[in-house]
Amino acid sequence: MEEVKLMKGNEAIAHAAIRNGVDGYFGYPITPQSEILETLMDERPWNTTGMVVLQAESEVAAINMVYGGAGCGKKAMTSSSSPGISLKLEGISYLAGAELPCLIVNVMRGGPGLGTIQPSQADYFQTVKGGGHGDYRLITLAPSSVQEMADFVGLAFDLAFKYRNPAMILTDGIIGQMMEKVVLPPMKPRWTDEEIAEIAPWGTMGKPKGGQPRIITSLELDPAVMEQNNFRFQAKYKQIEENEVRYEEMNTEDADYLFVAFGSSARICQKAIELAREEGIKVGILRPITLWPFPTKRLAELANQVKGMLTVEMNAGQMVEDVRLAVNGKIPVEHYGRMGGMIPSPDEVVIALKEKVIK
Amino acid sequence: MTQEIVIAGFGGQGVLSMGKILAYSALMENKEVSWMPSYGPEQRGGTANVTVIVSDKRISSPVLNQFDTAIVLNQPSLDKFESKVKPGGILIYDGYGIHKPPTRTDIQVYRLDAMDIASQADMKKVFNMIILGGYLKLCPIVSIESVMNGLKKTLPERHHKLLPLNEQAILKGMDAIGK
Repeated sequence: MEEVKLMKGNEAIAHAAIRNGVDGYFGYPITPQSEILETLMDERPWNTTGMVVLQAESEVAAINMVYGGAGCGKKAMTSSSSPGISLKLEGISYLAGAELPCLIVNVMRGGPGLGTIQPSQADYFQTVKGGGHGDYRLITLAPSSVQEMADFVGLAFDLAFKYRNPAMILTDGIIGQMMEKVVLPPMKPRWTDEEIAEIAPWGTMGKPKGGQPRIITSLELDPAVMEQNNFRFQAKYKQIEENEVRYEEMNTEDADYLFVAFGSSARICQKAIELAREEGIKVGILRPITLWPFPTKRLAELANQVKGMLTVEMNAGQMVEDVRLAVNGKIPVEHYGRMGGMIPSPDEVVIALKEKVIK
Repeated sequence: MTQEIVIAGFGGQGVLSMGKILAYSALMENKEVSWMPSYGPEQRGGTANVTVIVSDKRISSPVLNQFDTAIVLNQPSLDKFESKVKPGGILIYDGYGIHKPPTRTDIQVYRLDAMDIASQADMKKVFNMIILGGYLKLCPIVSIESVMNGLKKTLPERHHKLLPLNEQAILKGMDAIGK
């Protein structure tokens, strides 16, 4: 059996990257995610798996290095925190437009602007509603434990390559900085050139003899062709929405009320459930694991069972809009949140449930 | 059994590492554990705190505002966390530099002058282990053996010669608490 280790979420991401045979990590330090780059530098995977770890000169450079690596069919990734992700958005849009798989990790902090370095979830809109320009989508995974930080690196790359689409791990300073028990994924070697040729035949690995040149670009000057490209993207997004929704439910069987929360907020809600149930309030939680695609269908079903929902987010009310769209007016959906790096406490959440939803 | 603990003090007092040692000890005993630091610029010169939860069950929130035990090592931390101890819970504080002692009567308050003990016994470097010893005397959530195993695991080999000193510090804290 694999050894149970105690480590920070950020460290788990770094170790999981090496163990998943990632070819290249390109990053630039920013709190609260710097341990990802630091751990990779400590581990020196270039001596073992041959993985490249590079501190770029800026976030913009880092995401474009990912673009280059991904264009060759390599497993490339970057990580940053909110302000740094804003800088990367142009590159992310290009990656989506060129249909390139990659992993971007956002360990969110309080904003807007340079903001604070404390935990936040205020980049939900930025991540699932665009951020960069154009009609694109990011496969978005929201871990709520250190174990999921480790597990979702492999999952993100699997999904990214399956659909030729960038994937994001959207997390925050709590999950990044906290230590928990974790079992790291088994060691997988990096793909060989032959394997890449099979898995990513579109990769620019040199023009095959007698074959067509492979071109990776998001540019298309003919709008009619660009529209066709967009139709292809949309068909792909629909497929992802049909096949890749992931969520976790707790205490929903007998629930009269429902928390909807992701990441660290979901952990806080679990404690709030313990407190509320001591008082006889039957409340459960739906925790979206994929923020896009969103668990719309399941929320619509639960709207037939519960009397009201409360989204708990470390923002001014972002995911609540998607929950309301899912519920479509059937029951009240309210939001409770803290902003700017402040963290809601479990008893605050119980009070909000009583005041906003139960009344 | 679940113990929700906050440890708070000045940056540099070993608050975060005390939490880490406690967390590793719990790991040695196969318990569920979470360690959530206050991180950021306030750590240098300012106050630092860490929330450690040790449990037999899956841990829900790693962030709390009510604690079974608060271990506070300076006045600002005492001011901040005294009110956040659950009724019936435990507050351990080091009297050094405290000019406004705790006033609550619905919790168990223990003064442990670890700073003084550490200077008298030439144990300044393991000051935090004296505190940890005091806590473990009151709440034996992990065995000293596990603490020592956890230390062995986290300390680089070149520091292993310090292990006996750490053990002495724990025993000193156990001996001093409640006196």
